[in-house]
Formats: sequence, structure tokens, C-alpha cells
Amino acid sequence: MTLESKIPSGALADKWNRHKFEIKLVNPANKRKHTIVVVGTGLAGASAAASLGELGYNVHTFCIHDSPRRAHSIAAQGGINAAKNYKNDGDSVQRLFYDTIKGGDYRAREANVYRLAQLSVNIIDQCVAQGVPFAREYGGLLDNRSFGGAQVSRTFYARGQTGQQLLLGAYQALMRQVESGSVKLFPRREMLDLVIVNGKARGIICRNLTTGEIERHVGDAVVLATGGYGTAYYLSTNAVNSNVTAAWRAHKRGAYFANPCFTQIHPTCIPVSGDHQSKLTLMSESLRNDARVWVPKAKEDKRSPAQIPEGERDYYLERKYPSFGNLVPRDVASRNAKAVCDEGRGVGDTGLSVFLDFTDAIQRLGIDTIRTRYGNLFDMYRRITDDDPYKVPMRIYPAIHYTMGGLWVDYNLMSNVPGLHVLGEANFSDHGANRLGASALMQGLADGYFVIPYTIGQYLASTSLDPVATSHDAFAAASNDVVGQLDRLLAVKGKRTVRDFHRAVGAVLWDDVGMSRNDAGLKDAVGKIRTLRDEFWQDVSVPGEKTYMNQTLDYAGRVADYLEFGELLALDALHRTESCGGHFREESQTPEGEARRDDERFSYVAAWQFGGVGQPPTLHQEPLIWENVKPSQRSYK
Amino acid sequence: MATLSLKLRIWRQAGPGQPGRLVDYQTTANEDMSFLEMLDVVNDGLIRQGQDPVAFDSDCREGICGSCGLVVNGVPHGPDPGGTVCQLHMRRFKDGETITVEPWRAKAFPILKDLVVDRTAFDRIISAGGYVSVNTGSAPEANSLPIARDVAESAMDVAQCIGCGACVAACKNASAALFTSAKVTHLALLPQGQVERRHRVVQMVDQMDQEGFGMCSNEGECQAVCPKEISIASIAQMNREYLTAKLSGA
Repeated sequence: MTLESKIPSGALADKWNRHKFEIKLVNPANKRKHTIVVVGTGLAGASAAASLGELGYNVHTFCIHDSPRRAHSIAAQGGINAAKNYKNDGDSVQRLFYDTIKGGDYRAREANVYRLAQLSVNIIDQCVAQGVPFAREYGGLLDNRSFGGAQVSRTFYARGQTGQQLLLGAYQALMRQVESGSVKLFPRREMLDLVIVNGKARGIICRNLTTGEIERHVGDAVVLATGGYGTAYYLSTNAVNSNVTAAWRAHKRGAYFANPCFTQIHPTCIPVSGDHQSKLTLMSESLRNDARVWVPKAKEDKRSPAQIPEGERDYYLERKYPSFGNLVPRDVASRNAKAVCDEGRGVGDTGLSVFLDFTDAIQRLGIDTIRTRYGNLFDMYRRITDDDPYKVPMRIYPAIHYTMGGLWVDYNLMSNVPGLHVLGEANFSDHGANRLGASALMQGLADGYFVIPYTIGQYLASTSLDPVATSHDAFAAASNDVVGQLDRLLAVKGKRTVRDFHRAVGAVLWDDVGMSRNDAGLKDAVGKIRTLRDEFWQDVSVPGEKTYMNQTLDYAGRVADYLEFGELLALDALHRTESCGGHFREESQTPEGEARRDDERFSYVAAWQFGGVGQPPTLHQEPLIWENVKPSQRSYK
Repeated sequence: MATLSLKLRIWRQAGPGQPGRLVDYQTTANEDMSFLEMLDVVNDGLIRQGQDPVAFDSDCREGICGSCGLVVNGVPHGPDPGGTVCQLHMRRFKDGETITVEPWRAKAFPILKDLVVDRTAFDRIISAGGYVSVNTGSAPEANSLPIARDVAESAMDVAQCIGCGACVAACKNASAALFTSAKVTHLALLPQGQVERRHRVVQMVDQMDQEGFGMCSNEGECQAVCPKEISIASIAQMNREYLTAKLSGA
């Protein structure tokens, strides 16, 4: 099967407008006859469900939480990019497009990214109209800040809670549609299978997490907006219930999984304190605007930071990257933190952290300014570590934060399975091999508010769909598969907890498919994951039954999927022998130790077709076509 | 890193409407654990013995999603003000201490299992009017509507409600006034919220009453436990909004 990206012809800047005109429209009177199943209520899912409901479609929307307002988009701190150029500092759609392509290390589609940059301005308008309380200047107009090393100020924010305010805006728009009757909400439901009838996605099987009931839901199209797969690593900045299950089960039904090895490791997280740790907390990237990153020059220097004189400190980012300094991209900052810790110069009890020091900024700007800018982050840090960052430097270490890979989609955000659409972090489309700060919120909302409402119409208007009932054989078969797996999980009755296995597979992925990857380590990881998977099915302990709320059973299903998905993640990393973005292959680096891309061999999207558990997947390549930008080697020196 | 030996008394209840009781457990914890990580360890111990672990809700574990909510020694979210129970760390407890852990208790939040409650009543209050009616695509240019910085900041102070329900759990009347007023006030402060201002407050307050939440008697227990430290000034604002709306015939 060839992958058709369906990128419209014509000049880059005209593609989306032209496409919108050429798209077939669904007759307004017919929209309510189309049921659309939307899974996930983060920024992408909630904005999609609300917008589709407004258009008149009959929307059924599902989330694993008790309320759609709790999806993990809510935790995004820093902000959302938009090419408004309110600061008159030279921003434009073209510049946001270029920065995003370059930041993604030339592994994203030009046309998708350009559309994203175009739509960014509409998102801000929409959110302001909803009442999102963005930060304002004294004149009452919207404030912007520079973020994540961008040379222009294009990031809109609401204190350190931008994701929360944007999600609540989308949630409120969604609840308005629930009230109007166009959207039916199914909370505490977990999608456990995708149902395909005559080659088209026609519904889902889900488990009611309150009652244990297995439910069948039919639709004319299915929209997955179920987030990324960072929790495969066990410790990440993701919420503990974020998972890959919906995407993985769709993959097992035929949807291709693209570029899973493109994972983002965020440089500024609170370090691990012990084995009990259940998640890692991000400290916003914005901190790097004012703080300086350093470690002692000497190895195993256990003095307190105040006792280490200036001359014995290594401000390694400022030293190695004089023009970008502490604001180098996330992957560069993360790898350098790992490198100094690997040299034995890490700080803290574990030796796995570096200092993020505000002393100079407090002297220069005053403590009040620092409190205004970062007060809530400092409070969060103090609550977790019991240290006061106004007095002692923060300690930070990289952690898995975001996953650029995801289900393969075309320009219409439809996967290779007709009718199955994938939005937000769950798809692979816009961030290439690395995502810029403040771009995740932008993509989720662009996909949900402004892309899918058009492109799903194209699918529905141009496809003949037979009536399908939940009694259809395909629903029965998928439902039986789901019940069969739940029974198998309960029947193992072993001795090890689900968390044990999750922690174990996470450790393998972090060690061998983390910040730095090599051939031997990746091959080793594949073997270890297979062994763990076998052990899981022989020795996992899942108490209770499937006929009522059973959180261990929910968790076991997700970990079973990490144990399959983790293998694909390692295999993708193994096949891509170049370094690019968040994927650093030790075999492919410059003499200075920086990532070296291999455009000759790897300028493509790697889309994997499922071949069975433990069987090799089939690689399909979508070549990346460069009509407007010329890929260059990134340099932040 | 100090290790604590603890006695836990945890509310166990098999399902909605079933009888529940406090069950004693012994555990050890280190002081760097969060409260929920301590419960994870208890649960892993129960699972190893083939017993049913304690059900509780949590997700982001950084105080913003609003999923978690436990009454710890009689206080929603526990002894640290201005945070959620997922942000509470064991260094706040003493070796040998007995800790009682209960769910939110309110008629409008029925217990589903153990420490998990049904908070969909909050969603229904929002769907009754907690929004600005603006369809996707019909928004004007964002900077065409200047909003004074202090107004935007005041709106943000209440907009940051995480919908956890601690306010209800702390209130002897199980009132949802702080939750409802936070959204009413957020939208009443901003120009975007003016068109539906009167209709909104009436609809949301009526829904709040229908859900079975109690009346506010102004004791301020809610603001004392609110993880976002939202002030009861918003309740006064809501009452003014409601009165004005009713007098104008909304």
C-alpha cells in the first residue's frame, strides 16, 4: 500500500484555502444523520467535538476521566504560539512555519506545518472570544513572551496555566453542545478496540470504567484524540493515566504507526527522588529565560552550591553554545545535562541533576519580578522538594515529556484506515523529530477547531456508508476479543504487580531508547521487552473481576500495550540510524558530538504496519518533499 | 531520608449505595513520597496478597487536573493549604501517626467505590451556562477587545478553579457555591461574558440547587481548603449577580 499524503497542489501559502474550497460539503440537513465518535477530550478532542457539534453532527464523545475537563492538556504550563506579530518584532506565518520545520529537524511535512502556522492566529481569536483570561499588557492588549529559544515573542500565556485555561475554554464549548443535545458525553469510558466494517472505521468497543460493562458504539467516522505515548517510559511528565491503548489497538486493527522513535525529552524537570516515584513534574521551559544552568567543574563535588566559587562552576550551555546559551532547544539541553552527569559532575544525592540558578536574575531584576514571572513554579518546586528556589538553585533533570510520533495521517488528518481520523499528540504530523515549546497546544487546537470540521466533511460527503448496527459481526468479534483479553489478564493470577512490569519496561526504554541510543542497546532493548512481555503474561497479578470498577485491570490492559508498543518504539529507533531532533543515535554525530542528520537516507516518514505480536512490522515510507525550505544542519553554536 | 511507620484508616466501600467502613492498614513511607505514592505502595502490597486495592482517582499528580480528592484527617486535600492531595508529601506527617483517609462526602457526589466519587454534577452546572456562546470560526480579532490588566488578572484568579470538589467536601452544607461562583465571576468580569451574564447566573445557580448541593452559610471552609485559594468574595459576587438578574426578570 502506498501512503498518499493527499497534500493539495499549488503554492504553499494557498494550499489550505484551495483545499477548503475543493472539499465537498455535507448538506446541513444531513449532518445530524452522521454520528461521529470522538475519543479523548484534551485540547484536540474537546475542540473537535464542540466544533463538530456546532456544525450539527451527532457527536458521541468519550473520555477515561470522570469529567472531560481533566485531560492532560490541562497541565501545559508555558503557552501557545501564534504568528500574530503583535510585538512588531518580525514574526509572520512564514517565520513560524520555518521555525517549526527547522525545530522539527526537517522531518515534518511542509504543507501541514504551514497550515498550522496559518491557523495559529485564528486559535487566539477563538480562545479570547471564549473568555480565556490570557495575560495582558497595561494598555489592555494581549501580552506575549519569547519562549523556548524563539527569536521573536509569539507566545500567548495565562500565568503558568495556559493549558488549563485553553482546555477549560474548549471544555466549556463542549459542555455547551452537550446542553444543546448535539454532543452526547460518555465519561469514565476506555476505548479498547476499533471496529472496522468493510474496510472503514465504524465504531469502537469501550469499557465502562465504573460498571465494567463492555459497550459497543457505532458511528460514520471515528476521531482519536487520545494523546501521546510518553507513559510507556513509566516516569514521564504525563499524567499517570495517559496511555497508548486507543492508538495501539487501532494500530493492531491496521492503522500505521509513524515515527514512534521521535520522543521529546524535556530538559527542566524535577529529578527523581526514589523508587516510589510515580511521575515527574515539569518546570516550565520559560525558567531558562532567566536562569543559568551549571554543574561543578570537578567530578563528585558534593559541596552545597553556595560554597562552590564562580571559577569552579561550569555554565556548560553558555560555554558550548555562546549564541543561544541557556536557550538551546530541548534536545540539546537534555543531552548536555545527561553528558555532564555521565561525566560524574551531576549534583544532588543521586548525581542525576544539574543546577538551574536564579541568583543572577534575582540580583538583576529583583525578587519581586522573579516572583511575578515564576512564583507558581517556585511554589510547586518547593512543595515537591522542600527546597526554596529563591535561596538555593533548583535542581533539574530531563524527563520524557511529549511524543512527536503517532498514528500516520494524511493532510486531512485521516489515517490509512478510511474513516479513522487522528488529532493532536496522537498523530505524527506536525512536529517532525522535535517539537518547539508552546506548539503542542497550538496543534491540538488547530486540528480540533479548524482542520477536522472541514476534512471530516470531505470524507463523509465522498464516501458511501452502509447502515451498520452494533449487532454487526465485526462489533461482536471485536467485543469478544476485548472480553477475551480481560479474562486472560484476570486468569494469570501471578505474583508481580502491574506497576512492577510498567516500571521494568519503562527502565528499559529510558536506558536504551531514551536520550541517547545505539545499535547494541536498541537490539538489547527489543530482547528485554520480549522477555518482560512473556513474564507479564505468566506472572502478573490482577485481583478482582471485570464486572465492576477495577483500576488494576484498567492499568493492566495499558501495560500489556506498552509491552507490545515498546518493541515497535525500539525497532523504529534501531532502523533510523541517523540522529535527528529528539532521536540521537550515537553512531551518527559530528566530531563535536552534535546530532548528524542523514537526509540522503532518512528524509521520510517511517510508517509501520502491524505484523502480529512479536512479529516484525512492515515499514512503509512516505518521502518528505522539500519545495520551500532547504534542509540544513541545525547549529546553535 | 527518614522512614515513617504509619497506621492508616481508609474508607472501603464496594460500590454505590453499599455499606462502607474504615479499615486499618499498616504501612511505611519515606518522607519524599507524595501522599498518593504512599497509597500506591499500600495498594501494591494488597495486590501482592491477592486483595482488592483501594480505589482512588488521580491523574496529573501535579495539582492541576482536579482528579484527586481525599479527606485526610478530616481536611479535604490534607494539612497543606493551597494544594491538592497529590502535592501533599509525607514529610508533613510524623513517625507513628494514624492517618484517616475518606472520600468527599456530599449527597450530590455519590461514592462509586472506596474513595472514588461521582462529580458529574459539576459538569452539569457548567453545561447549564458556564460558557460564552461563541461558535468556532465566528470570533473577532483578539486585540479588538482590550481588557484592563487588573480585570484580566482578577478573572484569572477565579478561572483557575480545578473543579476538584474540595469546597463541597469542606462545607457542612455540601454547598457548591464556591465552584459555581468561580465560573460565574470569571465570565461576569470579562466583556465577553456580558451578553449572557444574567441568564447564565440564574441557570447555573438553579442547576446547582437541583443537583442537591446545600446552601452557602458563609463560613469560609471552602476557601480554606481550595487548592487554588479562590476567595469567597466570588460567592458574594455570585449572589449580587443572581439578585440583579432576578430583579431584572432573567
